[in-house]
Formats: sequence, C-alpha cells, structure tokens
Amino acid sequence: MIIEIGHFAVVLALVICILQTIIPMIGAIQGRENWMAVARPAAQVQFVMISLGFITLMHAFLVNDFSVAYVAHNSNSALLWYYRLAAVWGAHEGSLLLWCLILSGWTICVSCFSKSLTLDFTARVLSVMGFISTGFLCLLLFTSNPFERLIPAAMDGRDLNPLLQDIGLIMHPPILYMGYVGFSVAFSFAVAALSANKLDSSWARWSRPWTLIAWGFLTLGIALGSWWAYYELGWGGWWFWDPVENASFMPWLAGTALIHSLIVTDKRGAFKSWTVLLAIAAFSLSLLGTFLVRSGVLTSVHSFAADPVRGVAILIFISLVAGISLLLYGMRAGQVRSYLQASFLSRDYALLANNIIILVAASVVFLGTLYPLFLDALNLGKVSVGPPYFNTMLVPLFLLLGVLTAIGPLLRWRHDHLQELVTRLRLPYQLITCGVILSVIIMLDISLWLVFGLSVAGWIVCSSICLLMDRVKHSSTLLAGLFTQPLSFYAMLLAHTGFALSITGVTLVTALDLENDLGMTPNVSKQIGDYEYIFRGVEEIQAQNYRALRGTFDVMHNGRHITRLHPEKRHYPVQNSVMTEAAIDAGLSRDIYISLGDPLEGDTWSVRIYYKPFIRFVWLGGVLMFLAGIIAACDRRYKLRQDNRARLKQLHVQEA
Amino acid sequence: MKYFVLILLLLAADYSPAFDTREFENDADRDRYQKLITELRCPVCQNQNLADSGSGLAIDLRQQIFQQIESGKSDHDIVDFMLQRYGDFILYRPRLTSGTLALWFGPVLVLVTGFIILIVISRRNSTVTLSESEEQFLQDIMNEPPAGRGRDS
Amino acid sequence: MIRVYVPLAAFIIIVIFFAAGLTRDPKIIPSPLIDKPAPAFVLPELFQQEKLFSNNSLSGKVTLINVWASWCGTCVKEHSLLLDLVQDVEAAGSGLQVIGLNYKDDRAAAIKWLERLGNPYTTILFDPDGSCGLDWGVYGVPETFVIDQYGIVRYKLTGPLTQAIISGEILPLVQRLQES
Repeated sequence: MIIEIGHFAVVLALVICILQTIIPMIGAIQGRENWMAVARPAAQVQFVMISLGFITLMHAFLVNDFSVAYVAHNSNSALLWYYRLAAVWGAHEGSLLLWCLILSGWTICVSCFSKSLTLDFTARVLSVMGFISTGFLCLLLFTSNPFERLIPAAMDGRDLNPLLQDIGLIMHPPILYMGYVGFSVAFSFAVAALSANKLDSSWARWSRPWTLIAWGFLTLGIALGSWWAYYELGWGGWWFWDPVENASFMPWLAGTALIHSLIVTDKRGAFKSWTVLLAIAAFSLSLLGTFLVRSGVLTSVHSFAADPVRGVAILIFISLVAGISLLLYGMRAGQVRSYLQASFLSRDYALLANNIIILVAASVVFLGTLYPLFLDALNLGKVSVGPPYFNTMLVPLFLLLGVLTAIGPLLRWRHDHLQELVTRLRLPYQLITCGVILSVIIMLDISLWLVFGLSVAGWIVCSSICLLMDRVKHSSTLLAGLFTQPLSFYAMLLAHTGFALSITGVTLVTALDLENDLGMTPNVSKQIGDYEYIFRGVEEIQAQNYRALRGTFDVMHNGRHITRLHPEKRHYPVQNSVMTEAAIDAGLSRDIYISLGDPLEGDTWSVRIYYKPFIRFVWLGGVLMFLAGIIAACDRRYKLRQDNRARLKQLHVQEA
Repeated sequence: MKYFVLILLLLAADYSPAFDTREFENDADRDRYQKLITELRCPVCQNQNLADSGSGLAIDLRQQIFQQIESGKSDHDIVDFMLQRYGDFILYRPRLTSGTLALWFGPVLVLVTGFIILIVISRRNSTVTLSESEEQFLQDIMNEPPAGRGRDS
Repeated sequence: MIRVYVPLAAFIIIVIFFAAGLTRDPKIIPSPLIDKPAPAFVLPELFQQEKLFSNNSLSGKVTLINVWASWCGTCVKEHSLLLDLVQDVEAAGSGLQVIGLNYKDDRAAAIKWLERLGNPYTTILFDPDGSCGLDWGVYGVPETFVIDQYGIVRYKLTGPLTQAIISGEILPLVQRLQES
C-alpha cells in the first residue's frame, strides 16, 4: 500500500512538472505575472512529491517488502540495514529515481535562492528545469519503474551485488549525481538567457555560484569513485579509462572550462556565446553519460544492466534537450558580439587558452570513448581504445595545463608587460629549479615524466604562494591583508593547490609503484624494498551474509612491526559469487595493499602485494578542489560603489 | 575448510583476479610481460586487460605470452600472434591506420587550430592604452577589493 | 552566420551514430580469419584417441565446424538445430560435412553429453587445453565456422545457431561456396 502512495506521488510530480514547464514559460513570453508566479510553488510541491516517492521506496527496502520487484531484485533479508537503504540506488531504476530527487532538490534551491533575479528570468529558468524533470520522470515511470509489484511476492530477495555492499555505494552515487545534475542549473540559466534574448553578463554572474557547487560535487564524486574502485576491485588500479569513468570525466572537464570561462564573461563581458555553449555542453555531456552507462552501447565493468529500449528512450530525451538548446543557440547567439579588449599577454587570454586545452582534453576522452562505436557503426571493424591511448594523449596536455595554471593567475587583466611578468615569475621559477635539481639528485633511476610532473606541481604551488604574497603586501599588516582577500581568491588558491596535489599523486604513484605477485608460505618472510611481509595463514570466518577465508599478514618496515593486514576471499551464498576483499594499510606517503589470490600447493597461496606511494594525494587533491568550489560559491559579491561605476565608464571597458 | 576452498576456486568469477606467480629469467623480461598483459585486452571480459582478468581465456593468453617471451619471441611477434587470432579488438593501443588517423591526430589538430585562432583574435582586437593610475585602478577592481555588503544582483 | 549552427549539426551527426550503435553488440569480435586459410591443427578424435586429424580433412568439402562443450548451457539449445541440419544435409545429398570441436572439456563428460543429446558430427576434434581454439580465435562457446573446400575460412558465428541464421545465412553461403 505504501509503495503505491509513493508511486502516486511521483505521478503527481510528473503532472506538476509538466505544468511547471509550460505555464511559467508562456507567462514569461507573454508577460503574464500570475502565470510566471506558478513556477516557484510548482517547484516546491514537485520536490515534496518526489521525496515522498523516494521515502516510500527506502521504507520498502528497510522492511524487506519483497512484493516490490525492485526490492526483490536488489536486496535480501540478511543484508545489513544501511546497505539495504543504499541499495535504493544500487540498480538502474532506483538510481534514476535518485536523479529525479536530486534534480528536484536543485530546482527547489533555485526557486528559494533566486530573490535577486527578475520574475521573468526565474520563470524561464524553472521552466527549463521543469522540462528536464519531466523528461526524467517520464523515463522513470514508463521505462524503469521502481514501484512495480512482483506478484506473487518473492520469499527473499536476490541480494545486492557483493561489490556494491560497501560504504562506497552509500557515498559515491549521491555525491556524483549532485554534480551531474547540478550542471542542469547552469544549463537552465543559459537556455533561459537565450530564450529571453538577454545574453548580457548578468546571466554569468548569477550562474557562477551554482556552477561552482555542482562542479565541486562532481569533483568529489569522481574522486570517491576512483578511491572506491581502488580498494574494492582488488587490482590496485584507481583509474581505468573505462567508458563509465570517462562518462563522468567529460562533464567534469566541460565544467572546469565553464567555471573559468564564466570568470571572463562575468568580469569582462567577453566570450558570452562561448560560455553559453559550454553550459549547454556540460549538461549535455552529463546526459550523454547517463546514456552511455545505461544503454549498453559500450562495454564496461561499471555499467548498469543494458537495455536497448531504455537506450532509445534516453537518446530521444537527450536529442530533445540538447537539440532544442543548440537550435536556440544558433538562432540567438549570433546576434551577440562580445569583443575582448585585451592583448595576447593577459589573464583574459590565459583563461581562453585554459579553455582550449581543456576542450582538447575533452575531445581526447570523447574520441577515445566513442571511436569504437563510430567505427563499428560505419562497418569499419572493431577496435579497442584503452589506457595506452588516453595516457599518451592526456599526460602532455595536463602538464601543459599545469604550466598555464602556474602562470595564468599571475597575469594581469587586459594587458600585461613581459618584463613585469618575468619579474613576478622569477621567484617561483627559482624555487622550481631548486626542486627539480633536488628531485633529480634524490632519484637515481629517473623517469622524465616524473621530473616534469613534480616540477609542474611544485611550480603551481610556488606560484600560488607568490600570488598571495603579492596581494597581501599592499595592506598594512599581514593579518589585515590575509583577512581582506575575498573568499573566491582563497578558493582559487585552494583549487589550484588541489590540482597540483593530484598531479603530484598521479606522477609519483605511476612512476614509483611496485607490484608483486608471489607465492607465499606461512611464516616464510618475503622482502620487497624496505618492507618485509610475513604470511601467517588463512582461517575461515562467517559474517552476516557471507563466509570468507581470511588471510593474516604481518608487515615490517626496517625491522619494526607496522601492521597486521587481513585480506579476504568472500563467498556470498545468495548470488553464489566470490569476491576478493583487499587489505590496505593506508598512509599519506604510501599505501600497502595486499590481495589474496588462489591456494597453490600445500599451504602456499598466491598473493599480490602493492606498494603505492602517495596515492592518497590523488584523492586529497579532489577533496581540496571540492572545498574550493564550495568556498568560492560563498564569496560575497561586492557592490560596486557609485563613484567607481562612473569612473569605470570613463575607461574604455566596453560591454557589447 | 578444504570444501569451502574448493567452492571458492570453482566460483572465482571474472571479478576475482587470478594472480600468476611466474618466475622470470631477468627483469627486462618481466617488464615486457607486464607491459604486454596490460596493453592487451581480454576478449571475453567487460573491458579489462589481460593482467586484471581472472577468466579462463585470460589465464591461457597470459601463459601463451609468458611462453613466447621465454622462447625468445619479440614483442612485435607476440602482438602479431594476438592480432592474427583476435583482430584489432585485442589491442588497447589502437594501431595507426587510415581508420584511426582522426583518433590519433584529431586532438592535436584541434589544439593547434585553437591556438592559431587565439593568436588571430588577439591581433585583431586593439587595445586603448591606459595611464599608470588607470591601469592600477583597473587591476584593483578586477582583483575584487575588500568585500562589501551582500550580493550583487 | 552559418558558424553558430555547427554545434547543432555536430550533435545531430553524433546522435545518428548513437542510434546506429544501439543496433550493434559491442561485445562481438569479428574474426580476422575471414577469407584467410584455416589455422593449422593436429588434434585427436574424441571417440578414437589414436586417430589424429589435421587440416587435410578440411579440403575437398565445404565444412561447418561447431565449437561446443559439455559444460556450456547454450550449446544444448543449438544442438537440436544441428541434428536437424545434419539430417537435411544427408537427405539433400549436399556435400557439407559437419565437424565438432570439443573445447576445454573432459573426454568422458563430452561423450556422455553426446550420448544424451545425440551426435550430429561426422568427426569430433578433441581440444582439452584450448590451444587449437586459441589459434582459431575462439573466445566463447558456442561458436560456428564455415570453411570452403579449399580450406579458407569464410564465416564465423559467435553465439548459438538459430533457425533464422541457418536458413538465412549459413545454407545460402554453403550453396554459394559449392557452386563456385
């Protein structure tokens, strides 16, 4: 009965969304205020309805209601309660409902925090978001309904995939979707501006905080996904350039380009149509990700169960959303000309260069992921594109981007002089040279990429410090100087430092990691590098919903006992599957990672031991970037004082 | 417990990697082996390389590669061996053919074109020169002086 | 101002590709052996272990090689179709020979499986370690190859035979090969 209430609530939400799409937009076009006023309440009621639906589904999982088909397919009475709740988004239908919930969440936030926008614009934005919600709710209710009953009800469920029975499932999808879905706000702002033919830079200023928060969440979501795959899948890898991973990386790249492009559009009134296009692209890539993951056109370890019918439905939806917005772009964007009054050596052009490099990176990921599909559709055979391609193309690009990140913020707006730039660069440049020489001396067997990677990362950090010092020196005291800098400035420093940290982690772990497959006999120690490993045997254990063979390993470093690790090989009886659970001793400077293989003769087991230096830096960088995004969104926009406005008019700062 | 171990062995699905404890004659061979098994794709799996896959075919192919390295075959020979049997699908690094030109050179082309456009636009737009004080004033505003009250609308 | 419609045009092209992609199966690997000579093999027969077969048995007649195993569930489904096919072939007197390749199987289990379900094959090659299968690019079971009378591989099917495939693709191909 309860699930039917939820089902009904979601159907009601669909009806409201349709109203939310049509009425405010017509109201905005025709100038009818009471029609436009429908938008906010519609958004709020829609949120309540979808939440209700979501809560009833959670309830069904919690009480083990196996008369609901979705619960029967993805849960089990022996499953721990928090995994039962997370199982709501463990498969296709429920995760689509999560999409709808988060989308309605963003919609209600926009409706509440838009007091400074005109009613006309708010109505248009909410109307566009309503259109997207309508599409997703239709997809949910007509092709992937989680509320369907199973008659007769199952005795017990088929259990959640053991790989998903993990804290990663609890955190990763909601945070990732916050990012994916959040780009719909920037998208809606862009389309609303296009439809109103108001492509001025105020659109950009309103979008910035929303885009920053969405981008921050997407960054964190991707970092979480990588971390989860690392410890869960048992092979020690943390990024596979798998289609599903690429599906989240492409919108991230577009989003990064967008937040940088928004800076120029907001402050300098330039690149207006380019930024609009980026906003459309970022969200379209999010939708593309949804398509790739659920339609079965690409093979992936991470994808949901494929269903071509759903694929067709999602494709139609994407075509409508992106098609209409790009058509609108074609019709309206051409009328806007934004001139950039700046010389080549300026922050304006540095940001444009940033966009170009990121665009190229996105095209690499796009081409690499979809090339097999393109060739196959043209009957030109089947190829595979994997990590060797992506790494070869992207490592130089990201190093180039890193160099730009080090130099760009130091550039002045509009026009910079080479001599002054060199002076400002001198200190960081000197520090880097020292760092490079130092690292070359320390490491005897040097990989060139290692040197490049560390140098670029170090340069970014040094350059950020110099930037801070430069800003602060104008103030009376150090403390006063630190406190008067705007939050967005600190956010930029934090984000770039996070980027540098990730580069450092990637460089070090790729160049210096050690992987060893060995046969280990109990109480016979093996020495790898500075570490000694002693296998103590396996014992059988029983947990709530699995039985396992649990190995014990003692790890010594320079004679001292550091830790005891317990990798497991688990058997889940309900799905009759075996899963390897690796044991990790995590540390900031290194991870020790042990995975149990197969039993060999006697008491010997095959074991994989990894030494992964600085791998945590990769994800830590992502966390820093997330924090930076949130901090930047909290920045209090300054009000230009009247006298400054007048003085600005005298200067030739032109807005087209 | 022996029985349980047996169950585990029988059920080891693709998600449970099989680790090969192979002894190599020298480090160079081991590096070649590692490189080959990471760059070759497992034909039966859902997008995994030979190194990470526990499927029967992957185990067989790893054995093949090991034997071929030990018997002195070159990397080129081994890759050819795989290509003859499974086609281009098995290579994670696509070969440079007329069909993959766009893949390998497309992005570079975009990069070069982008930067050319950048330079062209910058040449085209002229800038008015500002005086020293105007220049400094502009930089100060652009760098967002101490926060005022509330948001700009 | 045609430039502003470039994104839309590019998008439409991409969507067309996706639509085409939805009709394909990304997991099927096309065989690089098509139109190439069949890989050399020397394998014992399943029932008579001392008897060895090689590529010579492939020349002279159009051959259908069916890769199967007793542990393969899907093979059961296509087996009855194979039995029917062999009956039709014998009745029509066409010179198609149907050979089985028992892949990575246990001899006793395979023989028992055939006793239970019937034996359509004139010869069954026994490949317990899969080495012959590897040479033929076998990556799953069941698979079916068609080789012409000169020993050139002409067709590969990944997955079970269906009536549609037999009457629509295989039999017409066999006929074409026999006529040339």
